[in-house]
Amino acid sequence: MAVIRDMIPPFELYQPSGVEDAVRLVGEHGDQGWVLAGGLDTFDWLKDRIKRPAAVIDLGGVAELGGISETDDGGLEIGAMARLTAVAESGDVRSRFPLLAEAAGLVATPQIRNQGTLGGNIVQDTRCWYYRSGWPCYRAGGNVCYAGTSRSMNREHCILGASRCVAVNPSDTAPALVALDAEMTVANASGERTYAARDFFIGPEIDITRMTVLEPGDLLTRVRLPAPQPGARWYFEKIRDRKSWDFSLASVASVLHVDGDVVRDARIVVNGVAPYPVRSDAAEAVARGRAPDDETGQMAGEAAVQDARALRHNDYKIALMRNLVKRSVRDAA
Amino acid sequence: MQVVRLRVNGDERACGVPAHYTLLETLRYGLGLTGSKQGCDKGDCGACTVILDGRAVLSCLTLAREAEGRELRTVEGLAIGTEPHPVQDQFDLAGAAQCGFCTPGILCSSVALLERNPSPSREEVRAALAGNLCRCTGYEKIYDAVEAAARKMGQ
Repeated sequence: MAVIRDMIPPFELYQPSGVEDAVRLVGEHGDQGWVLAGGLDTFDWLKDRIKRPAAVIDLGGVAELGGISETDDGGLEIGAMARLTAVAESGDVRSRFPLLAEAAGLVATPQIRNQGTLGGNIVQDTRCWYYRSGWPCYRAGGNVCYAGTSRSMNREHCILGASRCVAVNPSDTAPALVALDAEMTVANASGERTYAARDFFIGPEIDITRMTVLEPGDLLTRVRLPAPQPGARWYFEKIRDRKSWDFSLASVASVLHVDGDVVRDARIVVNGVAPYPVRSDAAEAVARGRAPDDETGQMAGEAAVQDARALRHNDYKIALMRNLVKRSVRDAA
Repeated sequence: MQVVRLRVNGDERACGVPAHYTLLETLRYGLGLTGSKQGCDKGDCGACTVILDGRAVLSCLTLAREAEGRELRTVEGLAIGTEPHPVQDQFDLAGAAQCGFCTPGILCSSVALLERNPSPSREEVRAALAGNLCRCTGYEKIYDAVEAAARKMGQ
């Protein structure tokens, strides 16, 4: 199991200065290569010597991936290497997508937001502590889940979407991006392709070793946010053990289109409850056509957790998810 | 082994370190700048905090090569000539350092804060120092010292 040592084993370091070079290097090194963005997730793995890549491709020098710019259709394009502080403080993001600014500003600590990137926050690996400690679980290529048994310590694990693995997605910005209907651009040696944020994150039933569609050789380069609809209401809340800073136990991000006093459309996304950010179709269906009040929120919350199943130590997450969804409908502003 | 060139506290410094050395390891073992502390070495404690291009970052989770060509300041470079930085002075006067292990990182986070926000509220000071653990738990005097330094610097 993990023995924490104080130095990282050697690797070859590549520091491309352009996207083309970066994509080529990531392709050449395949599953022996590791993409370094802000370093928060990366060095945790490398210092514990659980992941031991032969080559590290540092994107820090790829200036064109760090920008935040307006798109022709009135939306925003954010490079994968934009620092979380830049996202949280950007005037464009704050005025047009305050939901994302809020989520980015609630990630970890000032230092981590100063060096951590939007792309890194999205694609970071799960925090399941059995997996992070190097136990040979399904996600690590083994044939057992240590977190899902009746004797496991699984307070932080999932209540939805389990499929052999019960880990959760830890990202704060991921649910915001799904709620905002963002689009991710992925580049590799054969070109670029785009994914709706909702489809970018995958569950263990699709591939138990990955949290996203990214495969060896792929690079997340940009996130595009479509133009915000005028008058849309939003809500974000992150629940964590410590108020000063921590990963979330659960979080909710919602965008509501309200006409008169009726919800015309809603996107309600909960993270920290499944291996991927969960867009709750059931809660959205309940909210549509009703007033965004306490009663509707209550019903939406009940609908959101109808399929939830607790592990031994995480039944509190069912109540938490129900209440988060309720508040995200009732208190969106 | 490759030569890393860093601009530290206004000086051009070069030393030979392997590509996988962190900025913290390079400062401490390569350049003899042992003010930045190696605490958790995982980004939890903030004892290794330095100021890179005006922002507080964790030198334990930054490769030395990532800091090349950028403006780096460590606790050794905060003093102004022979005078302590006002934040250092107020830490002394307020008794804000106990064992002192967290102090270099907290000084760097505080200076980075005051350079962007010269008169922070108590809440803003607390938020700016959220990533710096003090296991002596003397936070109130640390916040007092940062506020006092802000007042001094504003005079």
